[in-house]
Amino acid sequence: MKVTFWGTRGSQAAPGPETVRFGGNTSCVEIEVQDDSRVVLDAGTGLRRLGAALPAAVRRIDVLLTHLHMDHIQGLGFFDPLFRPDFEVHIWGPGSSTSELRQRLTRYMSPPLFPVRLPELPCELHVHDLRQGRVEVPGMVVHTALVCHPGPTVGYRLETTNASLAFLPDHEPVLACERFAKSPEWCSGFDLAQDVDVLIHDAQYDENEYPERIGWGHSTLRHAVEFAELVNAKKLVPFHYDPAHDDQRLDAYFAGTTSDTVEIVPATEGETFVVENANR
Amino acid sequence: MVTWGGLARRFSRVAYPIEVILLRELADHLSMPIFVVDPAGDLLFYNEPAEQLLGSRFDETGMMPFDEWSTIFTPTDRDGAPIAPDALPLAIAVQQRRPAQGDMWIHGLDGARRALTVTAIPLQGQWGDHLGAAAIFWEQR
Repeated sequence: MKVTFWGTRGSQAAPGPETVRFGGNTSCVEIEVQDDSRVVLDAGTGLRRLGAALPAAVRRIDVLLTHLHMDHIQGLGFFDPLFRPDFEVHIWGPGSSTSELRQRLTRYMSPPLFPVRLPELPCELHVHDLRQGRVEVPGMVVHTALVCHPGPTVGYRLETTNASLAFLPDHEPVLACERFAKSPEWCSGFDLAQDVDVLIHDAQYDENEYPERIGWGHSTLRHAVEFAELVNAKKLVPFHYDPAHDDQRLDAYFAGTTSDTVEIVPATEGETFVVENANR
Repeated sequence: MVTWGGLARRFSRVAYPIEVILLRELADHLSMPIFVVDPAGDLLFYNEPAEQLLGSRFDETGMMPFDEWSTIFTPTDRDGAPIAPDALPLAIAVQQRRPAQGDMWIHGLDGARRALTVTAIPLQGQWGDHLGAAAIFWEQR
C-alpha cells in the first residue's frame, strides 16, 4: 500500500512560502495498491494536482469522502478524471438523515457555486451512500463508521492483505469520551483504528487553542497521540493542520511531542511512503 | 457484550455507535437521572444522578441484562402491585420503538422506596437505525 499526501491542511487552503514544507492544500491522500486504479481519501484542494499526475494506466478512481465540509470536497470540480469519458469514478461518502450523498454533493456541484452539474460530467460516475460497515474497492476492503465531528462524518479503515491504514482527518474523540478515555467501547473511532499499521489523524489545534474550540470537531496533537496509544497504532501521521500554523510553528509543535509506543511522522504534502506489515 | 455490525466479528473490542457514545457523554453532564439501553434492552449506562436514585454506582453494577435491571429495583404501581418488565416505559420504548411515560415506585439498592415518573424514548441513529432507548427519571416529591 503506497500512500501519497496531496493535501495536509484543514479548514482552508493556506498556500504560501510560510507553509511550503508541510503544505497548503486541503485534505487529500492517494492510496495505490493496483496499477490501474487508485483510492483517494477526501477531495480537498490537493485533488487537482493528484488528477494531473495520474499514470496513463489508471482508469478507475474510488474517492472516499469523510464528510462534505468544503475543505474535503473543493477539489472535486477540478479533478481531471471526472471530465474524461474513459474514466470510471466512484464517489463514496455519508448521506445525512434526510438527504442522499448525491443530493448533498449537488449543492456544491451546481450553479451558482459551480458551473458544471453532477449529471453533466462525462466520466462514468457512480455515487454511493456509505453506511456503517464494510465495502470493497479494487485491492482493498474498507470499513466505515460514524465518528465524532459536527454533521455526518465517517472514518475509514483500509485493509489489504499485508497492510492497514485508518483515516480520521476530522475527529474529536475527547469530546465523546472525556471521562472514559481508557474505555475503548466508549471511544469514537476505536474499532476503525485498532492495531492499525498507520493512523492518519486530526491534529489541528495546539494546546492553547483547543479550550476555545471545544466541540468544533478537531483534536490537538496530544489528543491524537493519546488516541493512537489507546488503539495501539504502530505509526501516527498527524494531519489536517490549521491554516494559521506555518512551517515554523508546526516544527515547534512536533518537536515537543513524543510517545513511548507510537512512531510519530507528521504528514507532509508531496511525501510518499509504503505501508507494509511484515507480520501479516 | 453487545456487538455492532460486522466489525464485532473482526476486532477484539468494538466501540458503540457514535450516537450512543455522545448520549452517554451528554447524560454524564446532566443532573437528571438517565438510563441508556441497547436494542436488546440491556442496560448500557446510567449516570450519577441515577446512581443516587437507585442507590448503586454504575462502576459497581456495570452493564445489566434486561431481565436483571427490570426486576432488581422491584418496580410497582401505586397500590404496590408489581409492574411486568415489558410494561416498563423503557421496555416499551426499546421493544415497541415508541415514546412511553409512566409512574412507578421502586426499591433502590440502598433499600429506600421512591416514587418516580419515567419518560422513555427510542433512539434512532443518523441513518434511521434502531440503537436502543433512553429514559429520564423524575423523582416525585
